[in-house]
Amino acid sequence: MPIEVDGKTFETDEEGYLANINEWVPGVAGVMAAEDELELTDEHWDIINFLREYYEEYQIAPAVRVLTKAVGKKLGKDKGNSKYLYGLFPYGPGKQACRYAGLPKPTGCV
Amino acid sequence: MADLHTVNKSPFEKNSLETAIRYSMAGSSILLLEDGVYGATKGTAMEGMVKDAMGDKKVYALRSDLMARAIKEDRVIDGVEIVDYAGFVDLVEANDKVQAWL
Amino acid sequence: MSDVKKFMYLNRRAPYGTIYAWESLEVILIGAAFDQEVSLMCMDDGVYQLVKGSDTSQSDMKNFMPTYRTLGDYGVRHMYVDKASLEARGLTQDDLIEVAWEDFETEEEVDNIVEIVDADQVAKLMAESEVVFS
Repeated sequence: MPIEVDGKTFETDEEGYLANINEWVPGVAGVMAAEDELELTDEHWDIINFLREYYEEYQIAPAVRVLTKAVGKKLGKDKGNSKYLYGLFPYGPGKQACRYAGLPKPTGCV
Repeated sequence: MADLHTVNKSPFEKNSLETAIRYSMAGSSILLLEDGVYGATKGTAMEGMVKDAMGDKKVYALRSDLMARAIKEDRVIDGVEIVDYAGFVDLVEANDKVQAWL
Repeated sequence: MSDVKKFMYLNRRAPYGTIYAWESLEVILIGAAFDQEVSLMCMDDGVYQLVKGSDTSQSDMKNFMPTYRTLGDYGVRHMYVDKASLEARGLTQDDLIEVAWEDFETEEEVDNIVEIVDADQVAKLMAESEVVFS
């Protein structure tokens, strides 16, 4: 189902992931989060921006286990654990945060 | 009378390049594309064979496939001409027919 | 975790001409969830999978070669490269990517898990593995 952000339409796949990662704008995350009744804080954005940087460098959306480790390394050990990440993204930090970031569903997610 | 022979397989995995060289006439053009471009690199076990072929044939390699495989221009055997898609089309037009060695 | 097995992924194909390399990479990424001791062995045209500097901007293909650099994060402990295959292709270790590995619990670190091995070592490493995927 396509989503609308600032008057522009973005195609998504059947699971709600953006069809074209290159089209992503920050507003996409906001609209997706609003649909999930979630308000994005700076802490959410840290993770979303981290995921986009990770994808830029490695061309892959990390599996949640890898994301947890990598966040711990980059943003500090207190954030590199699943409790913190699930607190921010209750539907699963891999799937939900990647979706907001415009990335494909993480490889290894079933 | 000249033909364009295209080779799209790695010379290390299939003998397409070797066969194309053996069964093409003097004056032919050989275009390396896809995994075939590995045959255009310097310092490999195939370099001698390609250089010998260049005695009476012209060898080309497709730029986009070289780039995707991280083969920089300075790693391409001297005398191999690098062409883009437009150059590919020119080669097809300039030759009587195209023979693909798959 | 008493049932840790030694898994080896054997890669013998060039990255783009066929789908094999990408599918093999996906299997490694998915399999990483199972906490096994995983290593990768690149030989024949498989050594081309680890060459750095790929640029697909003029090709209609996804550049998945940067993804190999994450394999350390995905629990791959060793990435072996067959020496004879590398030499036959005019390549050296300088042409290959570097992949770091780190154990987040013990903080043990390895700067680069890409290692060139000779034929005897290749045979020994494969024989020591309990499962070899190709």
